[in-house]
Amino acid sequence: MITAGIDMGSRSVKVVLLEELKVDGAPQLKYGVKKTHIMMPGDLDQDQAADKAFDDALAAAGLKRTDVKAIFATGAGRKQVAFASEGITEMTAGAKGAVYMYPQARTVVDVGAEEGRGMKTDGEGRAIDFAGNEKCAAGAGSFAEAMSRALQMTLKEFGEASLLSDKSIPMNAQCTVFAESEVVSLIHSATPKNDIAKAVLDAVASRVCAMVRRVGIEGEVVLIGGMVHNAGFVQSLKNAMGVDTISLPDMPEYISALGCALIAAERQH
Amino acid sequence: MIANYGYKDGSGEYYISIDTDKCIGCTAERACLTACPKQMFEIITDDYDDEVAWVKKPNCRTLAYDCADCKPSGGYASLPCITACTPGAIKHSW
Repeated sequence: MITAGIDMGSRSVKVVLLEELKVDGAPQLKYGVKKTHIMMPGDLDQDQAADKAFDDALAAAGLKRTDVKAIFATGAGRKQVAFASEGITEMTAGAKGAVYMYPQARTVVDVGAEEGRGMKTDGEGRAIDFAGNEKCAAGAGSFAEAMSRALQMTLKEFGEASLLSDKSIPMNAQCTVFAESEVVSLIHSATPKNDIAKAVLDAVASRVCAMVRRVGIEGEVVLIGGMVHNAGFVQSLKNAMGVDTISLPDMPEYISALGCALIAAERQH
Repeated sequence: MIANYGYKDGSGEYYISIDTDKCIGCTAERACLTACPKQMFEIITDDYDDEVAWVKKPNCRTLAYDCADCKPSGGYASLPCITACTPGAIKHSW
């Protein structure tokens, strides 16, 4: 049985196809099919983006739509995936996927492009508590991206630069727009770019950490979402949360889609 | 599950927490739906197939303003939603 999980994020679509092999009754990830489709300006129609990403993933796996028994969608745009049979929240999908990858995980932090959230989960990957930030982008990847642009660096350079700084410059602005003004002020005062990068990522980490603390930090901590690729942010988050290690999946942006596909498989029984 | 709906911004932290374990077996006949003057609550079937209350999406971004009328400065001694929810499932963070 093959199921699909589609994570319709605010910036990209992630698809995971999962084949259930009858091993211990648990679904096993057979197809390493993970296909993302970044929504470009000319391709802003979310319905088309989901269709295209799904077709690409099927083609890569050599499958047809009729081979897939259930398609579940998650993410901010999950209602736009018209061909999905069910939609589930990002919290449920993220917790499920993270615990599948790290069975000891009890705290899951999900930081994507536009939103961050923290979840506490049980051993089955069921979300026990969750908190997000419905309003502010300053605790998410797009904020870091905007600030890296202000420093004329790529996001990768931005993350690496922050690791070279040992300064702690507080950023007081809570709003992305005001924070950008603060970054410009730091540039004008000849503050080294490395220090500014660290200040920005510390600020993002502090906002994310405040959300996670609402649900409490317990057991192994797993970070999922695109911000895992930013090494500077990961270090800032460790510092903010006061933990020595944070587990980082290899394909962090696909974990919610994976969780979605796992739930779809479970519900076929 | 404790579901936290809301946000933190420069002016403070505004979350409404709903304890879904208490909400599932509501003994108050879903009084929160009518008690809230802004009608911010609605009943949904969550991802675990439980019927629970949640805060409507648009209100999650404007809680500080939406709830202001019901806070003590608005003349209420206690919040209508919390008073109506006799199982004690609803809490405000501020």
